Amino acid sequence: MSDIVEESVKVPVHDFASDWDHTDPQWVNDPYPIWEDLRERCPVAHTDRYGGGWFPTTHEMVSSIANDTEHFTSRMVVVVHNKYPPNFIPAPIGGAPPITSDPPFHSIARRVILPAFAPGPVNALKPQIRALCNKHLDQMVGHQFVDGGTDYAQFIPPGVIASMLGFPSEDEEIFRDIVHLVLDLIDLPSEVRGPLFQPMSEYFGKQIDDHIENPRDDLTSYLLNVEVAGQKLERQHVAGTMVLILVAGIDTTWSAIGSAIWHLARHPDDLARLVNEPDLMPVAVEEFLRFYAPVTMARLVAEDYEFYGCPMKKDDWVLLGFPAANRDPNAFEDADKFVIDRAANRHAAFGLGIHRCVGSNLARLELRVAIEEFIKRFPKFELVDGDTVTWAPGQVRGPRHLPLRILS
Amino acid sequence: MKVRIDPEICQGQGRCFSIAPGVFDFDDLGNGVVIGDGTLTNDTIELARLAQSNCPEHAIFIEE
Repeated sequence: MSDIVEESVKVPVHDFASDWDHTDPQWVNDPYPIWEDLRERCPVAHTDRYGGGWFPTTHEMVSSIANDTEHFTSRMVVVVHNKYPPNFIPAPIGGAPPITSDPPFHSIARRVILPAFAPGPVNALKPQIRALCNKHLDQMVGHQFVDGGTDYAQFIPPGVIASMLGFPSEDEEIFRDIVHLVLDLIDLPSEVRGPLFQPMSEYFGKQIDDHIENPRDDLTSYLLNVEVAGQKLERQHVAGTMVLILVAGIDTTWSAIGSAIWHLARHPDDLARLVNEPDLMPVAVEEFLRFYAPVTMARLVAEDYEFYGCPMKKDDWVLLGFPAANRDPNAFEDADKFVIDRAANRHAAFGLGIHRCVGSNLARLELRVAIEEFIKRFPKFELVDGDTVTWAPGQVRGPRHLPLRILS
Repeated sequence: MKVRIDPEICQGQGRCFSIAPGVFDFDDLGNGVVIGDGTLTNDTIELARLAQSNCPEHAIFIEE
């Protein structure tokens, strides 16, 4: 899939307050100064791009929108050019329940998958995650130069998710292509982007058929057999939830792991503290999540609505910047500083309100284990060259190429 | 002194039972629940407060 697509030519952004674009190179490379500037002078930015949308930058606003499912619908949560593409699946099931669902259907779809991602079942995956990390670290040992993204971070979440869904682990490359299509190739015209979804639908269809024929103890078989009010889920619902779990479970945690390694490569003091004080890890993980929150969500305005003086129109996009909220000085002391032992940390990396990331327990565990194992093997490392680090564009931010020099 | 979680506000962010596992537990859906009747002792009060100051949803209440 990724070979077919050329990057489209973009008009550079001159003023993010009136013309924001989260795929602009300046935003992709370093969004934080942009958000800080907007928060101070705006604080709700607007754009005519993508058919029109808003970008609120304070924690208070982000929280208020996340908790207001009446005025802001989750029918679409990734900003693209065509709001209702031909393959759009209408409510209540939507494209990827429950992330694309609104109340009251949302809680039905959410309750179906919450138990699988509750702390009990997730913690049972710990040995498997640790083994997966070490499998990849084994291949890196002995090299002076490694890539924290392409040699390591990108492999951890797909391996875990493939095993949970019961997909062949050798299909990892397909998973990354799917993620790339859904989350990265958002700037393509819809007539180009639309047909690219066909192989993805076929892939999920094949997996569903295989699981119907050969049921097994995994999440896919669970989704096919679970009953809600005496009825099995519709096939479209099962497929949509599988898309959600795959897409939301891969790029996000891969980005979080990459950003944490990127931070440690540039802050030897923090790296040394984590190596010497392993008990600090749970607190540090929360600060990694706050400071480098990978995920920005989106909503559509449900009906014309005035929000903090902004005349929002039905079907306008709202880019829901949890990472920006996490840097708001009105919500966090020293918000612009990474404090590895920050005690009070009400970060919103997993969102706020009813759409709190279903996989947050899993993401946290993967991030923690991936970093623990990485720094056990490589207690000292540094960036080869900051300019060679590349960042994923769009609503999930994390380093894709992360060239490191191993020092010990 | 007692701690409680408002189940209407809790979204299962998972911070309380990680920070203060002696005070909080989780249910089958991963939402936070208070262990026992929530009575805090000198040993648990600070942990409960720490959990409270880490709850993104402001769902934890400590009452005299």
